[in-house]
Amino acid sequence: MTLDALTIAEAGARLRSGKTTSADLLAAVLDRASRTEAQLHAYLTIDRGGASEAAAKADADLADGIDHGPLHGIPVALKDNMCTRGLETTASSQMLAGYLPPYDATVTTRLRDAGAVLIGKTNLDEFAMGSSTENSAYGASFNPWDIGRVPGGSSGGSAAAVAVGSAFGALGSDTGGSIRQPASLTGIVGMKPTYGTVSRYGLIAFASSLDQIGPLTKSVDDAAVMLEAIWGHDPLDSTSYAGEYPDPRSEMGKDLHGLKVGVVKELAGEGYEPAVEEAVAGMVQRLAGEGAEVVEVSLPTFDIAMSAYYLIAPAEASANLARFDGIRYGHRAEGATTEALMARTRAEGFGPEVIRRILLGTYALSAGYYDAFYGQAQKVRAAVREDLARTYERVDVLVSPTSPTVAFVAGERVDDPLAMYLSDICTIPMNLSGDPGISVPIGLDHQNLPIGFHVMAPSLGEPVLFRVAAEVERLAAFTARPVLEEVAV
Amino acid sequence: MSTVRPTDRSETAATAFYTPATMPIEIDIAHVAHLARLDLSQAELDGYKAQLGDILDYATEVQSLEGDPSTESEHPLGLVNVFRPDERRTSLDRDEVLAQAPESQDGFFVVPPALDTE
Amino acid sequence: MTSPQTAHAMNYEPVIGIEIHVELATNTKMFCGCAVEFGAEPNTNICPVCLGLPGALPVANAQAIEWIMAIGLALNCEVAERSVFHRKNYFYADLPKNYQISQFDIPVCHDGYLDVTVDDSTTRVGIERAHMEEDTGKSTHLGDGGRIHSAESTLLDFNRSGVPLVEIVTRPDIRSAAESRAYAQEVRSLVAELGVSDAKLEEGSIRFDANISIRPDDQAELGTKVEIKNMNSFRSLERAVEYEIARQVEVVEAGGSIVMETRHWDEEAGVTHSMRIKEGSSDYRYFTEPDLVPMLMDEAWVTAIRMGLPELPADRRTRYQSQGLDSELAEVLSAAPTSLRDVYDTAVDSGAEPRSVANWLTGEVTAWLRRSGTDPTEMPLEGSQLTELIAIVDEGLVSSSAAKEVLAGVLEGEGTAVEVAEARDLVQISDTAALEAAVDDVLEANPDAVESYRSGEVKVVGFLVGQVMRATQGKADPKLVNQLLLDKLTG
Repeated sequence: MTLDALTIAEAGARLRSGKTTSADLLAAVLDRASRTEAQLHAYLTIDRGGASEAAAKADADLADGIDHGPLHGIPVALKDNMCTRGLETTASSQMLAGYLPPYDATVTTRLRDAGAVLIGKTNLDEFAMGSSTENSAYGASFNPWDIGRVPGGSSGGSAAAVAVGSAFGALGSDTGGSIRQPASLTGIVGMKPTYGTVSRYGLIAFASSLDQIGPLTKSVDDAAVMLEAIWGHDPLDSTSYAGEYPDPRSEMGKDLHGLKVGVVKELAGEGYEPAVEEAVAGMVQRLAGEGAEVVEVSLPTFDIAMSAYYLIAPAEASANLARFDGIRYGHRAEGATTEALMARTRAEGFGPEVIRRILLGTYALSAGYYDAFYGQAQKVRAAVREDLARTYERVDVLVSPTSPTVAFVAGERVDDPLAMYLSDICTIPMNLSGDPGISVPIGLDHQNLPIGFHVMAPSLGEPVLFRVAAEVERLAAFTARPVLEEVAV
Repeated sequence: MSTVRPTDRSETAATAFYTPATMPIEIDIAHVAHLARLDLSQAELDGYKAQLGDILDYATEVQSLEGDPSTESEHPLGLVNVFRPDERRTSLDRDEVLAQAPESQDGFFVVPPALDTE
Repeated sequence: MTSPQTAHAMNYEPVIGIEIHVELATNTKMFCGCAVEFGAEPNTNICPVCLGLPGALPVANAQAIEWIMAIGLALNCEVAERSVFHRKNYFYADLPKNYQISQFDIPVCHDGYLDVTVDDSTTRVGIERAHMEEDTGKSTHLGDGGRIHSAESTLLDFNRSGVPLVEIVTRPDIRSAAESRAYAQEVRSLVAELGVSDAKLEEGSIRFDANISIRPDDQAELGTKVEIKNMNSFRSLERAVEYEIARQVEVVEAGGSIVMETRHWDEEAGVTHSMRIKEGSSDYRYFTEPDLVPMLMDEAWVTAIRMGLPELPADRRTRYQSQGLDSELAEVLSAAPTSLRDVYDTAVDSGAEPRSVANWLTGEVTAWLRRSGTDPTEMPLEGSQLTELIAIVDEGLVSSSAAKEVLAGVLEGEGTAVEVAEARDLVQISDTAALEAAVDDVLEANPDAVESYRSGEVKVVGFLVGQVMRATQGKADPKLVNQLLLDKLTG
């Protein structure tokens, strides 16, 4: 097995046993990147210099007996909407071409402090708005399982990099499913933590009340490792949880006896590919076989959750993206007056999906429409939470497919926003509720495309989430890797 | 980008949830674009207006829930009263900040004159 | 142009509401740890948060929240049990995020009042709300004399961006320019008293806008309101309101109608001119700020803030008047520096007569401080010393004129009033035996005067008193001298 195929846990073990070095691990992922980037375009920026220095430091520290923990010396990637001081951060937008943030996001700092080696910045849908990583001003990313297909999105670059082995793990951000859906479409693990547990400071905001940073990794265990490195209270984020954090691994390895698993009735049926439904149903059966008590549950509000999401997220985005005006940083267009300069800058600097969502959000908040759209959407959001609270009185976790389909063909949904939005239908409710969710790969369809299994738990229910995810992973024994014809760049 | 190869499955997925509403939704797209400070051509405005119409038709299903509209949502973990002490933190280096500015002069950011009508 | 007073008296009633923005004097900004500092080099107190850099997040300053609660309580407001921040969306070059974190339907404070007195007539001005928000940066328009209309480019400084601002909004309860001014002054003295703001108009730490409409005296519903901006002193507020009332009367008298708009006060020209902003075209799309969490102000917290409030000017004036000061003296003393008021309180507590104490403090003591260039916070006078001084004057130990010298000695640190009077040899001779000899000497030396008195020219006694005072180098108690002379002349 080549180094780039290792999990974080395996790579860490080799490092500590002296069989390899951080520099070797970095060389392996960079080599993998150099052979796959031409097809996948997972990265926007690779920071060879910074990464080499960090790897050398990690090796020197380890030699001196300084060990920062499980991420020590491990090369990982960051989605390009997380600020890295002095390293270009664009959120895949023309608006931020060449932008060098003067500060690090909290997650960036935490990864550095955990000894991780930051390889570079991965591609995304512009400002994380999309489900295919096609809405990038710097070109689309592709799926290592079939380069004619999308890797999902918006964290598609992170997903493709981890799936193909050009990063041991990566961070993504999940506003409506942007970690879990690409993880599902690329056959890896993707986890959205409880809202408020991972600092958003330095994450270029899409929708503040929905955004959450989380890991994309090759294994459930690796996801827990990365989560532990990045989560925890941050005084720079008012929405950051300051209470006691559970140990996400505390229940991992426990069997499923006595655990109540709810299968969400609304997340199935019309629109779901049969292969996806079959694989998910098969896994549910196996969970039952392991002693879990499986019940079907109905959460009627899930049927209208997506509509609420597509009003709330754009509404928040319309304000979050107002700051991009060509004055203090980023792209600037010509204009005789400040007013003209701003409006031209924004029309030039934003891509069509971003403009569409800004317009949608502006409309939903505007006088005369606020109550009918934004106000109603907030009510639906509250109802989704109530629905979930009621359901969690009866079950410990919920399960569903992560996405209704496997990876779709590139270009196919670009001109049909609604069709694109529907690929997040299973993941959106967890963003509205703030609860954690994880996607675990469970198999391939007849076209050799991965299928993801979605586990959901109540807020701060990470221990039970990881417990079930680990069992799903064990039962699925999904070991396939994408076969990509490497092309030297 | 590779060739577009739509498949039956994904088309099903793409359209299955979508039921058009009967009432057309009124959108003054030029006004919305002005509020959002987006200088768009008429053709662009027309295109966005049509797309917004489709999305909003779909989104009207949020109106199916009864009761008064809500204006805010609670933090999922119920956070309240998060404050910082009135203590100084280091400010940024001005040169590093201004280096990112499209135009600056003598320590200031520079823009063309403002219209005083807004 | 019709004079406003005349027009008002004749036909129209002005209806005025005022919005005051108070910059809080916290160490740091509302949502970040950058310093709040007037006059710093441009763009030196900036960080990702107050510059609106991508990814930055706000965290509310606890001190600012406590201070807006104090302001609200001082304005007799209710403090909301639960309050939230909203985003107010509008694009402007000096607003880095192109939205302002402000408050909309659940401000921290609401429904209060402030009593304002003009010419002995008191009006209760309703306070609709006091809410918390952040200030914008500052634009400097380069070009023709800094005039906004012909600027060639605009320089932006974000040092002020994010400074905590409290916006206090009145109900339309104000009826004149003088009341407008009095209200603004009262708010200024109140925030100064609370110590929550530098309250310096010249530095922009207090700014006001006025909403003005007029209506015929017999009309109940309000007229179309016009918002006036850019008044930077109490005087300009008063002038602008006066001008605008007159302008509106003139428009209406000429058969025109008032346009709802924002007008700019031009201090030099003494006129308001339209800023060509159509009200109603702005749509701020307020929504709850998702980067901040709700604030709960429970009773214990509100009580703690209330307990910490200093005595407010209005309450203090009432107290002084109840202690016997007339309204003018109460007003002057109330506006005096804290150290003087502290001396007043100790002196009065130790039994001194309040009016005398207040007169000494607002008169001689203040004059001495000014003369000697002493900062009032370094006030060397203690209440007990003033009490003693007043007592020895009452007892006749020193004359009122000598008392001023005694005070100077006390202020210069020469000791207590008695010690100074003795050391400076200012004690009056009140001993009859000691004075009789002097009186006898004067009578003997002035037989003509004695003769005149006895022949009915009684006013000559004044001359004789003067002679005795001169002989005793002014230390004799003039009342006693007078008595002794009369006894001897008529005896």
